[in-house]
Amino acid sequence: MTRAAASRPRADAPTRSLVVADGVLTLTIAGSWRMDQALPALDPVRQALEATPPPKTLAFACAGVTGWDSLFLTQCRAILALARQRGVTADLAGLPDGVASLLALAEKVPERQGAARTTAHAPFLDRMADLGIGSVQAVHNLLEFLGEVTLAAVALVRGKAVFQRSQLTTLIYQASIDALAIVSLISFLVGLILAFVGAIQLSQFGAQIYVSTIVGIAMIRVMGAIMTGIIMAGRTGAAYAAELGTMQVNEEIDALKTFGFSPTQFLVLPRMIALVLMMPLLCIYADLMGVMGGFVVGVFMLKINPIQYLTHTWQSVPLANFWIGLVHSTIFGVLVAMAGCYRGMHCGRSALGVGQATTSAVVTSILAIVIATAILTVACNIIGV
Amino acid sequence: MTAVPDNATPPAPDAAAAAIRVEGLTMAYGDFVIMRDLNFTVRLGDIFIIMGGSGCGKSTLLRMLVGLKAPAAGKVFYREGSLWDAPPDARHAILRRTGILYQSGALFSSMTLAENISLPLSQYTALTRGEIRDIVSLKLALVGLAGFEDFYPSEISGGMCKRAGLARAMALDPDILFFDEPSAGLDPVSAHNLDELILELRESLKATFVVVTHELASIFAIGNNSVYLDVETRTMTASGDPKEMLANATDPKLRRFLTRGQE
Repeated sequence: MTRAAASRPRADAPTRSLVVADGVLTLTIAGSWRMDQALPALDPVRQALEATPPPKTLAFACAGVTGWDSLFLTQCRAILALARQRGVTADLAGLPDGVASLLALAEKVPERQGAARTTAHAPFLDRMADLGIGSVQAVHNLLEFLGEVTLAAVALVRGKAVFQRSQLTTLIYQASIDALAIVSLISFLVGLILAFVGAIQLSQFGAQIYVSTIVGIAMIRVMGAIMTGIIMAGRTGAAYAAELGTMQVNEEIDALKTFGFSPTQFLVLPRMIALVLMMPLLCIYADLMGVMGGFVVGVFMLKINPIQYLTHTWQSVPLANFWIGLVHSTIFGVLVAMAGCYRGMHCGRSALGVGQATTSAVVTSILAIVIATAILTVACNIIGV
Repeated sequence: MTAVPDNATPPAPDAAAAAIRVEGLTMAYGDFVIMRDLNFTVRLGDIFIIMGGSGCGKSTLLRMLVGLKAPAAGKVFYREGSLWDAPPDARHAILRRTGILYQSGALFSSMTLAENISLPLSQYTALTRGEIRDIVSLKLALVGLAGFEDFYPSEISGGMCKRAGLARAMALDPDILFFDEPSAGLDPVSAHNLDELILELRESLKATFVVVTHELASIFAIGNNSVYLDVETRTMTASGDPKEMLANATDPKLRRFLTRGQE
């Protein structure tokens, strides 16, 4: 919306005229000075104030003003600031009722010195130094968090960890039953996709039956674990970060501390337990759903006998793959829970902070999952499983 | 705060000068009725206090006056007409003449104070960026926060957040300002200063104020009209100038409230 469109021509358009007599500059102001009107420019007033010799006094005559709002006040402030610069005394008596007192109110608390921010960029070295200090701080926070989690785990093993058992049940439910639908859908589709990709190549050699091997090994060895890991990072890890972050904003975590509870034991530990226990189970379930996806392609598209497909899967996938998948998913459980809880516990105290914590929880989890997979794959290769 | 010089005299307390009129209002959450049969009038230029014990529904009443929660029964009339019978566009137009100071400021945490205040200005007016910047610094100066334009709400104290919230509520020069517990969480001096600020603004802006509070000092210092919500009978048991109420009230519950339980 442009200014011209907003301001309709009106009878009481704002006007300002100026008269200089005996060293007194009188501004005669009339009309409606509101936000929906285009106001006259300040230039004539500036020129009159900067004239030589300058006027001694500035006076207002506002009998014709039919209405005003904040915009009028800002104009008055600008004019008075100009007058003060030029050493011209201002007589506020002629201003409409309320204007003078509002202007005085605005001057009552002087501007805090040094409060206004400068937008200038810090020098390059400064920024580098800040970055370095920030990274050291981040590593320090992370190590501190890891230490606290370890201590909490030790307390748990010794049976001295303090948290609510009922909350653990809820968390376990949320991290398992509630996640089944999405895990089913995605694993099934991933199995289906893997089977499709393999089917086109293998059917050229008449080796369709090996689709079952490809799907079986891929899903059970890594894909089941990775897919559940990423799903849980997106739904549960993010939820942990948002929940703990909001508790941080509401001072709930401070309240826990002052009651003498360890927030790590009370909040982080049950979440870690829930995810570490449930991730392997979800992974087994995802393995099954993935094999089912491959089964659908094998049986309905490649016309493989259903019994043959399943027995071939059973025979051609070494059991070691199953254990490797379980190890993966357990480690992913630890990583996702840690990333979510760590980001939540170190959340800034605002809505903005909660958003950032949630984002970085998901990003950290996925990054950690991929890096951990790479390390585990190389490790498995070295020990030859 | 559309101040017109020729209506500088305090408005006469007659029905024509009503800023808000509430008729037969019933507040309920589901089947649970909190308050019923509320009838009162906020006159133009009033500082109107909504008072009552904790949990009596003061804040809920405020939410109904400002269009956040629909009443179970009854009507809220502004000068333009009934708030809840108006189509959404008309309702927004009515509410644009109001400003609300929420209990803890409710500033948008991802924006600086200047951005918080300029948001409604850039949305609902055709002002240039320079004009908006001038208005923002004026509003911040009015609440004593000159120079804090580029601070984020998380970087200033609770009392400052509240004052910045007031600056934002005043952004569009509203005719009616609503305050939810303005002195909650403020020290006595800051609370007193806020009261002074409200009086000063009423004097110079000719605006109408509706204040939800149970702070007795504030009630007597600024209020010239009020309604008392009684939590047990679930309706209003008194209305009028709180100082006269204290002098004339016979209801023991009301007297206990107005004297901090001394009588």
